Amino acid sequence: MSLAPTPGQTVGPFFGFALPYAGGDRLVPPGQPGAIRLHGRVLDGAGDPVPDALVEIWQADPDGRVVQQPGSLLRDDWTFTGWGRTETDRTGRYSFTTVEPGATTPGAAPYVAVTVFARGLLDRLLTRAYLPAPEAVLASDALLASVAPDRRHTLITTRDEHGLVFDIRLQGPDETVFLDHAPD
Amino acid sequence: MAAVTPSSPPVASSDAAASTQEEISAEIDQLSREYAASGRVEERVRLDYPPYRSSVLRHPTKDPHHADPEGIELWAPVFGQRDVDPLEADLTIQHRGEPIGERLVVTGRVLDGEGRPVRHQLVEVWQANAGGRYIHKRDQHPAPIDPSFTGVGRCLTDADGWYRFTTIKPGPYPWKNHRNAWRPAHIHFSVFGREFTQRLVTQMYFPGDPLFALDPIYQAITDQAARDRLVATYDHGVTTHEWSTGYRWDIVLTGSHRTPFEEESA
Repeated sequence: MSLAPTPGQTVGPFFGFALPYAGGDRLVPPGQPGAIRLHGRVLDGAGDPVPDALVEIWQADPDGRVVQQPGSLLRDDWTFTGWGRTETDRTGRYSFTTVEPGATTPGAAPYVAVTVFARGLLDRLLTRAYLPAPEAVLASDALLASVAPDRRHTLITTRDEHGLVFDIRLQGPDETVFLDHAPD
Repeated sequence: MAAVTPSSPPVASSDAAASTQEEISAEIDQLSREYAASGRVEERVRLDYPPYRSSVLRHPTKDPHHADPEGIELWAPVFGQRDVDPLEADLTIQHRGEPIGERLVVTGRVLDGEGRPVRHQLVEVWQANAGGRYIHKRDQHPAPIDPSFTGVGRCLTDADGWYRFTTIKPGPYPWKNHRNAWRPAHIHFSVFGREFTQRLVTQMYFPGDPLFALDPIYQAITDQAARDRLVATYDHGVTTHEWSTGYRWDIVLTGSHRTPFEEESA
């Protein structure tokens, strides 16, 4: 049986009192060994910040294990659940405290799965934020290998003093590569 | 408030309310005619829908890149009883008083594309009050705040994929897409599947809303059958004697990539 999917609609401007929650951006406590910051901006087609976006991340633990534990909404600061949610601020910036995911299969290029919602964005967008890695590792990744070389960098985080930077450009010359997982 | 950088012409600020309803409706009609003539069937909402002015600079212009989901994408986060209090499914008991408005129950199932129930998974809702006003501080619509209504709820689906919320009927409300723009009454839904790729945020509407034809967000779904999938059904079997009206609305996520065998062994 195959059912027709329910279409998406924009998250709208008024999700701020409903979806973000205390601790949503804190997958691990800041200062925990291995804790890093994963942060960036959400930008529109004019290069302007999007101050009313919502970003969710979903990732493996440092050993590459997919965690299936509850507790993302009421964190105990000891259970790593692998999932987080935060909204952009007035300057279009978002920030998570997390750990670097390991590869879910040996030798694969590790990445954080990212979902983006915003006022003006009629459906959610999915993408990947890859960790910086040696070229041989990145080149062996099926998705990165299939993306046009001049757009590949939009999927790969860069390092700063606190961790990883991942800007999300909804439109424009450096538009982020967004993913479609529907069967061919 | 955010600093608003004036956009370069011809893109007007999405809050400028520069167009009339007649102009917006003419654009909607044109896109509707083009869709009908195309012979295609679009199951999803369009990302590029200019009558919804704030989509103009916020839609990707390049086609999404096909990717086979792998690793983490084949799984979804897990939410449990620790995360969600069962009382969060009743939006009418969050304050000392009863909220103003038509009390209603909305219930239905969350299914994957193969018709299997999505079990024990998180469903979140948020909405305006009966007067069409959100608690959100950016909502400046001069309709009354209801001190007995926040408009936020959560629940976990049961073992057969059922969710159930008790709330009040939200009112329609004005917005600044164009002059005299009004949104049809709706409840926002946020739903997770069993896989990351099934994530859905959408809006549930009420049957027969006179604002459907005028609303560029609803009309951004160009296919009538697809639009109809966002409209709840009045269900007298859900309506309760001397207590509340009842609506039924099922949610279907995209297809699964993990096989049932993997599901059972997980």
